[in-house]
Amino acid sequence: MDSTEIGLWGVPLAMLGGAIRVSTPFIFVSLGEAITERSGRINLGLEGTLVFGAMTAYAVAVMTGSPWLGLLAAAAAGLCFGLFHGWICKFRGVNDIAIGIALMLFGSGLAFFFGKPFIQPSAPDLPAIPFGGWSDVPQVQAALNVNVLFLIGAALAVFLWWAFRNTRAGLILRVVGDSSDAARAMGLNPNTVRLLATGLGGALAGIGGAYLSLYYPGSWTEGISSGQGLMAVALVIFARWNPLGCFAAALLFGGAGALGPALQSVGVTQGYYLFYAAPYILTLIIMIATSSPSRSLAGAPGELSITK
Amino acid sequence: MSDRKKAVGVETIGMTMRFGAFTALDDVSIKVPAGSFHALLGENGAGKSTLVKCMMGFYHPTAGDILVDRREVAITSPKDASALGLGMVYQHFTLVPSLTGAENLVIAREKVPGIIDWRKERAALAQFMQRMPFKLPLDVKVAELAAGEKQKLEIIKQLYLGRSFLVLDEPTSVLTPGEAQEVLGLVRGMTKAGDLTVLMISHKFHEVTAFADDITVLRKGRLTGTGKVSELSHKRMAAMMIGDQPIAALDSRAPVPVGARQILTVKALKAPDRTGLKTIHIGALDVKSGEIVGVAGISGNGQKEFLEVLAGQRARDAGDVLVKGSPYGASRAEARTLNVRFIPEEPLRNACAPRMTVAENMAFRTFDLNEAGKPINWIKMSAIRDYAARLVEHFKVKTASLASPISSLSGGNVQRAVLARELTGEVDLLIVSNPCFGLDFSAVAEIRARIMKARNAGAAVLLMSEDLDELLELSDRIFVMSDGALVYETPIAQASVQTIGEHMAGHH
Ligand SMILES: Nc1ncnc2c1ncn2[C@@H]1O[C@H](COP(=O)(O)OP(=O)(O)O)[C@@H](O)[C@H]1O
Ligand SMILES: [Mg+2]
Repeated sequence: MDSTEIGLWGVPLAMLGGAIRVSTPFIFVSLGEAITERSGRINLGLEGTLVFGAMTAYAVAVMTGSPWLGLLAAAAAGLCFGLFHGWICKFRGVNDIAIGIALMLFGSGLAFFFGKPFIQPSAPDLPAIPFGGWSDVPQVQAALNVNVLFLIGAALAVFLWWAFRNTRAGLILRVVGDSSDAARAMGLNPNTVRLLATGLGGALAGIGGAYLSLYYPGSWTEGISSGQGLMAVALVIFARWNPLGCFAAALLFGGAGALGPALQSVGVTQGYYLFYAAPYILTLIIMIATSSPSRSLAGAPGELSITK
Repeated sequence: MSDRKKAVGVETIGMTMRFGAFTALDDVSIKVPAGSFHALLGENGAGKSTLVKCMMGFYHPTAGDILVDRREVAITSPKDASALGLGMVYQHFTLVPSLTGAENLVIAREKVPGIIDWRKERAALAQFMQRMPFKLPLDVKVAELAAGEKQKLEIIKQLYLGRSFLVLDEPTSVLTPGEAQEVLGLVRGMTKAGDLTVLMISHKFHEVTAFADDITVLRKGRLTGTGKVSELSHKRMAAMMIGDQPIAALDSRAPVPVGARQILTVKALKAPDRTGLKTIHIGALDVKSGEIVGVAGISGNGQKEFLEVLAGQRARDAGDVLVKGSPYGASRAEARTLNVRFIPEEPLRNACAPRMTVAENMAFRTFDLNEAGKPINWIKMSAIRDYAARLVEHFKVKTASLASPISSLSGGNVQRAVLARELTGEVDLLIVSNPCFGLDFSAVAEIRARIMKARNAGAAVLLMSEDLDELLELSDRIFVMSDGALVYETPIAQASVQTIGEHMAGHH
């Protein structure tokens, strides 16, 4: 492929395509984490869930030949991890952050253990929809080849944004996340709500993992995740727990992550590897820019242990 | 929710509640007839909240029965209580801060549809609000409402849920005098119309006299008196509440000497408030030696931030804080050389290390100094213990031992320990915030007496309080803080509750 044909336009184009491709796992993990954190709990274990979901999806897809069954299996595995986290955290004196870190290591370790036999065989991919058919430029076609999971993620973000304010379940979730006392006075059991919210968050993270192993990069290796699960947690915070914000932030991260490869593809040969660090630098910059020593985080759920 | 049920009467018979070996409520029978306004009086810790929580199904009483409209009922959970039309406004808000008023009302309902049709709900709410005597913005987040508005919303929520018996647990502690009149007037009107029965917990006699029909008094878990308000004097009520324990008398106020030295000077102070959206702005404030300057205001109007600036916990954007003419930045060294002492509100949380011992907590100001006031490197535990023993005796702190964690003390004794630490030695400036919040009569009287003594001994005292009665009793001058600024100043001789209340509410 000759990228000089469209010259420097290749960079934004490759970033757009990259944003769409790289952002999908961020979208699912951060939406899942947004649900969990809105209930007043933080689950740092989603990184482990993501890796385990990637392994499960790949293994099931190899064995059954269906990427969709793989996806379902990953969601189920994620659900189990989430429920486990939610169940342990209901006991007194248990810290959700510590449990999350333990589960993060546990999930990755378990995935490496069960995943060994699946490093070689290849699994069928999740389908993508070519939106770029109208153009003859191969770069445009490549950038607009959009995976269905990205579209589902976008729809889910809009749905959650709507549901947080227009459904009973959404309001109950926010009540529990903001004030356990008020929830109890209403006859709600905060632990049950948080258990379900953490389970749902885990299932979405599992789906994010399935995308990694079944579409992009599209194979199972032990280094499949480069910390997306952890960065998604940071992303939820500066998206201010708003699902639409999560979606936008995920795109931004995806775009930043695609900067390095894009520069490389247009022939920048020196220093481009610095731009591989762009997402991490972006995390730091945004975190610093949006926080303040004299003001508490606006919009933070009141029961969240990190903002209390 | 639309057609309100008529008021119901509630009785308890032989209500007893034990927490382990401790009897919080001992054989209490009270009777609140339908359509009456009943006041429940008692000191802190008398068991008032315990009694009403038993009635609401929050606690399961050890013994005793509840009658609703003369029929015996089993109330095992708040759900049972609400099915019978019994509701309660808690001492602490139970609204969800990040939800709007409308969301709070709708989600509190027994049956909420899976998908909420907001257009329909808004219309229904607007119609409901038309029958309410005051207007409230239902589309802003509860966190952005003032305390008074929150309290009104709590009451409106109970009415929206169709309650016919309402318990109010110290409902006016966060309201201005004017707001208190308005809110209590509203429920009083509803009882007169026979729509509602009210049981109000209070310790403000003037409210009881103005609004209630009957009272019941508890002391240490026992019923110590009942009667018609019209037949009881305040003195008689107080006697029922506190029995015959001794009450410390306030020193008489020594006149402020003319030309008394100016100790604290605050000039053009600006600082961000805790949301970061507004700033507090103190134009000019000075406190002289031997006077108490009170700052009144409803909580959330910037007093806390002002105090934090003075205590060095909050950065200021502009302005000067001078103590005896030298700039004061609240460092340990400055506090020591300028003799500045500080008693924040909720002392266990803000002025103590709860798990450290009583002796250690009392030595916070002095543990690293020797007798001559010079810094030392090796700390002598025996010296700390001796020092604390002297203070404990002098300030009558009740503690099992000097080695007990300070968190095991009762609220009054924690406050005595903190006072002992802060008032020992030379004090030129004393900054105090809500010193008597949640304490019982004898502790309140003693602590106010200590503050007055410090004043008479020549300390300049800045007293911030949400309790207007406290300010009127202690202050020489009163400022009102509203919306982040000092909006009114009056010498005590000309102070009127009416005018101060209006400025607190920001009506000027
Ligand atoms: N859940 C509880 N466990 C143990 N003791 C309690 C509990 N609730 C209240 N108490 C004790 O019962 C007494 C009465 O408390 P309360 O009813 O809150 O008093 P108040 O009259 O101030 O509302 C207090 O001494 C308190 O410490
Ligand atoms: Mg109480």
